[in-house]
Amino acid sequence: MERSVDRIRDPWGGRVPHGRHQPWPARVDTYLTEGLRPEQVQKWVQAASILHSDGDAMDIAVVDGRMVGVRGRATDRVNRGRLGPKDLFGWQANASPDRLTRPLVREDGRLVESDWETAMSRVVSCSRSLLDERGPGAIGFYTSGQLFLEEYYTLAVLARAGIGTNHLDGNTRLCTATAAEALKETFGSDGQPGCYDDIDHADVIALFGHNIAETQPVQWMRVLDRLEGSDPPRLLCVDPRPTPVARKATVHLAPRIGTNVALLNALLHVIIRTGRVDHDYVRRHTVGYEELAAQVQDCTPEWAARICDVPASRIVEAAELLGGAERLLSTVLQGVYQSHQATAAAVQVNNLHLLRGMLGRPGAGVLQMNGQPTAQNTRECGADGDLPGFRNWQNDAHVEDLAQIWNVEPAVIPHYAPPTHALQMFRYAEQGSIRMLWVSGTNPAVSLPELSRIRTILAQERLFLVVQDLFLTETAQYADVVLPAATWGEKTGTFTNADRTVHLSDKAVEPPGEARPDLDIFLDYARRMDFRDQDGEPLITWRDPVSAFEAWKRCSAGRPCDYTGLTYEMLREGTGIQWPVGRQAPRGTPRLYTEGISWAHPDMCEAYGKDLVTGAADGEDDYRAHNPEGKAMLKPAAYTPAHETPRETYPFQLTTGRTLYHFHTRTKTGRSPQLNAAAPEVWVEMSADDATRLDLAEGDVVEVTTPRGALRGQLRITGLRPGVIFVPFHYGYWDTPSGTGPDASTPGRAANETTITDWDPASKQPLFKTAAAAVTRVARGHGQPSPAPTTTASAPTGRRLPATTGGPTARVTQVPDPAWDRQEEHR
Amino acid sequence: MNGVELALRTLDQGERHLTGELADLAERYRAEHEIHHVAADLATWSEEHVERLREAAARHDLDLDTPQDAHFAAFGTSHPATLATLPDPGLLLLRDLREVHLAATRNSLHWEMLAQVAQASKDTALLSLASFCHPRTLRQMRWTNTMIKNLSPQVLAAL
Repeated sequence: MERSVDRIRDPWGGRVPHGRHQPWPARVDTYLTEGLRPEQVQKWVQAASILHSDGDAMDIAVVDGRMVGVRGRATDRVNRGRLGPKDLFGWQANASPDRLTRPLVREDGRLVESDWETAMSRVVSCSRSLLDERGPGAIGFYTSGQLFLEEYYTLAVLARAGIGTNHLDGNTRLCTATAAEALKETFGSDGQPGCYDDIDHADVIALFGHNIAETQPVQWMRVLDRLEGSDPPRLLCVDPRPTPVARKATVHLAPRIGTNVALLNALLHVIIRTGRVDHDYVRRHTVGYEELAAQVQDCTPEWAARICDVPASRIVEAAELLGGAERLLSTVLQGVYQSHQATAAAVQVNNLHLLRGMLGRPGAGVLQMNGQPTAQNTRECGADGDLPGFRNWQNDAHVEDLAQIWNVEPAVIPHYAPPTHALQMFRYAEQGSIRMLWVSGTNPAVSLPELSRIRTILAQERLFLVVQDLFLTETAQYADVVLPAATWGEKTGTFTNADRTVHLSDKAVEPPGEARPDLDIFLDYARRMDFRDQDGEPLITWRDPVSAFEAWKRCSAGRPCDYTGLTYEMLREGTGIQWPVGRQAPRGTPRLYTEGISWAHPDMCEAYGKDLVTGAADGEDDYRAHNPEGKAMLKPAAYTPAHETPRETYPFQLTTGRTLYHFHTRTKTGRSPQLNAAAPEVWVEMSADDATRLDLAEGDVVEVTTPRGALRGQLRITGLRPGVIFVPFHYGYWDTPSGTGPDASTPGRAANETTITDWDPASKQPLFKTAAAAVTRVARGHGQPSPAPTTTASAPTGRRLPATTGGPTARVTQVPDPAWDRQEEHR
Repeated sequence: MNGVELALRTLDQGERHLTGELADLAERYRAEHEIHHVAADLATWSEEHVERLREAAARHDLDLDTPQDAHFAAFGTSHPATLATLPDPGLLLLRDLREVHLAATRNSLHWEMLAQVAQASKDTALLSLASFCHPRTLRQMRWTNTMIKNLSPQVLAAL
């Protein structure tokens, strides 16, 4: 293994092969500002990655109060020292000269610099008058998947018990709502069943709509290391794009977009027909087998082949891979969650594992993934359309329990309807019943579907918009008050990754100017609003991260996400720890459901379930009748066609997604030189067949149009499924002349100019992957290649293009850490 | 007019209407003893509901006998011609969901009847038709019920 590698050109670094059932050896990745030697670093401060959901543990290097680099933590269970490109380079954005350093308020139509007193007084005075005149339903909070646990919990308490509004959701609605819903539908409660260590033990890994190489690059390194070791796993990849995963897969299926349920039903059909069902497991741990078997009885591979446009023989091959697995690990992400019939499809993956009895053992697990670093906390703290601690809003005992913890009357906590989901909040704002919207750590003016509509909503005079962020984002430019926030490395708190691993991230440097931690901002608001409990004492009694964490622990007690056994001290001992952590499991819990299903009992479950097609809610009585003993639920779903399908005027299926080098709307990654240079501008991917037919060439400037809007980008020709076009969703307008949206100076650039406003009826997650679009040429490229990376799913076919490289400033040292491996052997 | 008044007025009308319908049913079917008795009992429920609604209205300083604001009268009817006068799109949606729900309820009852006649006449094909379709009708009703439950707090509280 080379000691130093260009991690833009080679995003996954060097291999440390490991055999099946062996612990994953460490490899420590270090990146320091050019010219700096490790011995010059004055202190290393522990943190974990904030630019994806993997939870890579790292240390921040500090010199003279400035961040100067990062290093992976060899002792951590998640990454064993490795870091992804965004971890390695993304931190540089913290020191961008255009960070917000003072609050801004709108004066005469313009945002002007102000101070905290003025800004917070405006927020408080608007809140008070709305509460008096219109009630709590006039106030909404739209938060993030990137704050810390302590911040979400504080926000949840102040919104639900302080204001008393039902309108609190996170942008996690766009990334992880279906994961949560699918887990609730199958297991009665949220909670990731599997564990990243399952990668070390599985003989088959199935990735459904999950380009793990780009979304969680460090776990892809683990897969790559296993592929080079003894007894490697075989991969099944379901993805319309030629992702790095697809290239390594034993079976790659690229179904027509929007047909996941048809494909999965056919896979289940074959599993049942070929006798691969673990009937003993099914009998002991599930209900609903007869209904599921009846639903998929006619879903033959031939039937699905016509719908999915995939050869029936390949579907059979995939089913044989799944059916023959000795230890099966499945992972699911946005190709399912943001596509048509999202929850119904994600639930069928759970069904696959229940039918095969593939749960709760090393290598046998399901990972319903997240996209964001702290999305898990948004979910568990009740900032994502659920009550804190995975409590059931339809269960009066759960609400009473919560009311006791907060010392308020149960009626104070809205529980007459499900907490309002993000897209519905924007609808209420559009109709004028929500008059104040507080957006923290997210950028809806780029990330929500159908942007022209979202901009109109945000620009309304009658809507008082508060935006709390690091930069003057597209959304912040519409705000009435902008609050400058401190970020990762500038504040302390905990967060939890996609496999329930809790990490502590410490403050390494001071935030710029007057920027404050999100926690301090929420606490200041609560103090100014003077929220009280039923005894007239302050509702929120904590004042800093550690006391907020202690408050959350009390709220989590007795619930699946039990944090009671955790302390900040334990989290400083070298590795993250997986919840639940309590008396039963003092050092954490690698896998859920090792001895049956634990949280599905009618008295304990987080939700009574929904109709997967209509989203209609089941009631307690239905649930008790169907599942009295609290087993896992095999829920069938019939395939229904997507709502917007290609037609003459819009002949392509449009799908949007990420690239390895960027996160969300590039607020940080666009300000990190290496990452920005790797993917500097939006592009459009198309298959070679379609390009030839339309006489389009690599680098041509094309316009993508849908009934909602249009964007322009340079064409990249790839091995994508014919009939599909792909556009990355990261690009907005903050670094264009217009600033907020397309205008005469700036053509459409954001993928969401074109996406449809439609959401999964069960999870309410918007569908970013199911729109019909037209593509036309605007200008010839004349040999100038598209700015798309060549190292990822955007790799070109045919013509050889210059490779994406990072050069000298992207060189990262990588060192196998033998000391750590020996320690592991002795454990 | 706010959401509470609208709901009280609409329910007052509806319960009075149902009281009348049930009383008529009881009166017409004296020879159908169960119908007669149960319908009369149920009519008293609705009567009591009207009384309680009136008391609640009084607590809100409302007189339900004064004519309703013409703009909102359309909410209580199923007559489409008056809909354009409804002042709030959210209200219109609630009203339409309610009408769909009621229509689905009618269908559900008719499926029930079909299933019963199919059984009585040993027509298994007809019975399996009803068995296939009726659960979907019930799902339609659950959906409209869920949507009304989820949307009405915001729509009515904001009036």
